[in-house]
Amino acid sequence: MTRMTGRTGDLEAVAEPPRADPAAPRARRPRGRPLLYTSYSQDMALLDTRAKKVWLALLLGVAILSSGLPDDLLILLAGGYVAAIGAIGLNIVTGYAGQVSLGHAFFVAVGAYAAAALSGDPEGRVIGFGITNMIVWLPAAGLVAALAGVLVAPLAARLRGLYLAVVTLGLVFLGEHVFKEWDDLTGGPGVGRPAAVPELFGFRFDVDSALGTRAQSLYMLMLVLLVVFAVAARNLARSRIGRAFSAIRDRDIAAEVIGVPLTRYKTLAFAISSFYAGCAGALMYTITGFFDPGSFNLLMSVQFIAMILIGGVATVSGAVAGALFITLLPRLTQELPALLPFVSGDTTQTPNVFQIQVALYGLLIVLFLVFEPRGLFGLWVRVRAYWKSWPFSY
Amino acid sequence: MKGVLESLIRGLGTGSVYALLALGFVIIYKATRVISFAQPALMIAGAVAVSYLVQVTGFYVAVLLSTLLIAGVALVVERVAIRPMVGRPVFVVAIITLGVDVVIRVVVNGFIGLDVRQVGDPWGLRLADIGGLAVQQRWIAMFLTTAVLVGLLFAFFRYTRYGLAMRAAAFDQETALAQGVSVGMVFALSWGLAGGLAAVAGTFVGTGQGVDQLTWIIALKALPAIIVGGLDSLGGAVIGGLVIGVVESLVQSYQGDLAPWLGQNFAVVTPYVVMLLVLLVRPYGLFGTPEVERV
Repeated sequence: MTRMTGRTGDLEAVAEPPRADPAAPRARRPRGRPLLYTSYSQDMALLDTRAKKVWLALLLGVAILSSGLPDDLLILLAGGYVAAIGAIGLNIVTGYAGQVSLGHAFFVAVGAYAAAALSGDPEGRVIGFGITNMIVWLPAAGLVAALAGVLVAPLAARLRGLYLAVVTLGLVFLGEHVFKEWDDLTGGPGVGRPAAVPELFGFRFDVDSALGTRAQSLYMLMLVLLVVFAVAARNLARSRIGRAFSAIRDRDIAAEVIGVPLTRYKTLAFAISSFYAGCAGALMYTITGFFDPGSFNLLMSVQFIAMILIGGVATVSGAVAGALFITLLPRLTQELPALLPFVSGDTTQTPNVFQIQVALYGLLIVLFLVFEPRGLFGLWVRVRAYWKSWPFSY
Repeated sequence: MKGVLESLIRGLGTGSVYALLALGFVIIYKATRVISFAQPALMIAGAVAVSYLVQVTGFYVAVLLSTLLIAGVALVVERVAIRPMVGRPVFVVAIITLGVDVVIRVVVNGFIGLDVRQVGDPWGLRLADIGGLAVQQRWIAMFLTTAVLVGLLFAFFRYTRYGLAMRAAAFDQETALAQGVSVGMVFALSWGLAGGLAAVAGTFVGTGQGVDQLTWIIALKALPAIIVGGLDSLGGAVIGGLVIGVVESLVQSYQGDLAPWLGQNFAVVTPYVVMLLVLLVRPYGLFGTPEVERV
């Protein structure tokens, strides 16, 4: 996997870092030398350069100001942020820990149904417990999905590479069958059930309120949650656990030799990834308010794979970029009939926008893997390197 | 008893289709160490090609032409999307085939349209009477064709120069290269063979019920077959395919009475259940070679 991510040297980093002596004066960076690190904590900082701080502040500013956009765009972006949470989850198991999972849709489904069942109407036609407070159902959905991940792990931990990919693929089909048959929980195929209710201590995010329209509330909710989940993932990646994941990805036998317990960390990777997937599933359908057991199919898993591959494997910002890209793609292809007269907006005609959209997923995956395996994040790295060394080419 | 036997024969029929698809997966895996997720698209493309050609040339010629056509498509895919990726991690190449699959399927769906397309086979749903058992003719045709193809294929690997080259490259690519085997040719040949097998399998999937936009999912059942048989075993692929077919058919016949709580259409997912059970006992399938790691 080293070549896939372009990262090396993670093996040495698995050893416990030297603890900074709390009594020692805080190491300061010499003036005018922004890239000179004089202490370990500086090197391991979440935002280790000034440029990162500035960019992050700018991006967050733009994201917050975007809440003034038209409502339909806000809903789309909110969906993109939720997808990004799921993509970060897949990136933890596939990008950081190197365990290929085609079963992400299954864990998303588990989370979605756990949340919907907890917050559902007890008197309704499907299972519901009436606990609508988000602070209960969101972690609960994540935990139930994580439990599903732990249950799968004994099988997954002893398999590697493509065997694992096929087994997780099987998981999607088995899950799809269970959810289609379990009418009491899911409402059955073609009927569906209401999704979880996004309510926090009495405040409903899915209705217009004094603070803003429905779209604005949902947008801000998803943005805040995305930031929380993204920061948590970044912190995980630079912790002892994250270093163990990278070691397993780069060479699992070597990792075991230097003392990383493989089964425990692979199980942990699946559990954490599934937790993210479960939370994403729980949130995903609060926007539409309704969902159908047929949505959790192989296509959804492929879309998540596409998000992290197009965005950038083993990077949090890449996963977010990829998720936004894939979510906004349908919106972009909708504009195609205006530009290209031979493309039809009608589903019954033959090149239509929906076909082009699906083909684009496939094509983009292939093109990115062939030409820029590091994804959008890699493109950014190239641009950065170009300007850093300008006017020289190296 | 009669019901069991009829169910068994139906299972062997569908199982032989899985076996053909599984052989394609295993041939590509042995040559390039990659599972090609493009097989479903090639399968459905083969069936659709037959459904168009059959109006011009008749069924048997159409199958032959379609097989050659899809083998050609597979060759192009290999040359354009897979060959540049030699030496890259297998996961990356596997995901590329997944992308290729999506693209080809969109194109093929354009040709299928919204209706079911018939492949125009001579068997349809007609029954044959074998020793008092009412058996659909198409199951027998599938089983016999697969038997012949598997025989030819094994003879090809055993007795021809190219077969030897493929076995050598599967055993050790660099050594084979040093002995003058063109490994690139082996890659191309493996994709061509897999594409041709997928086209034949697709035609048989289409016999009787025709093909529509969802038929491609059937090809994914060959994945449990190769995992059950072992990823790198040709014999395992055939046996795995037949086992999956028979189990699926028996479950389809009897699960409704014996275990109705499993839900309707449980038979559709039995291949995956069988796969999980086999993997719990043998992580490398029934006939696969356990991977030996040297540090």
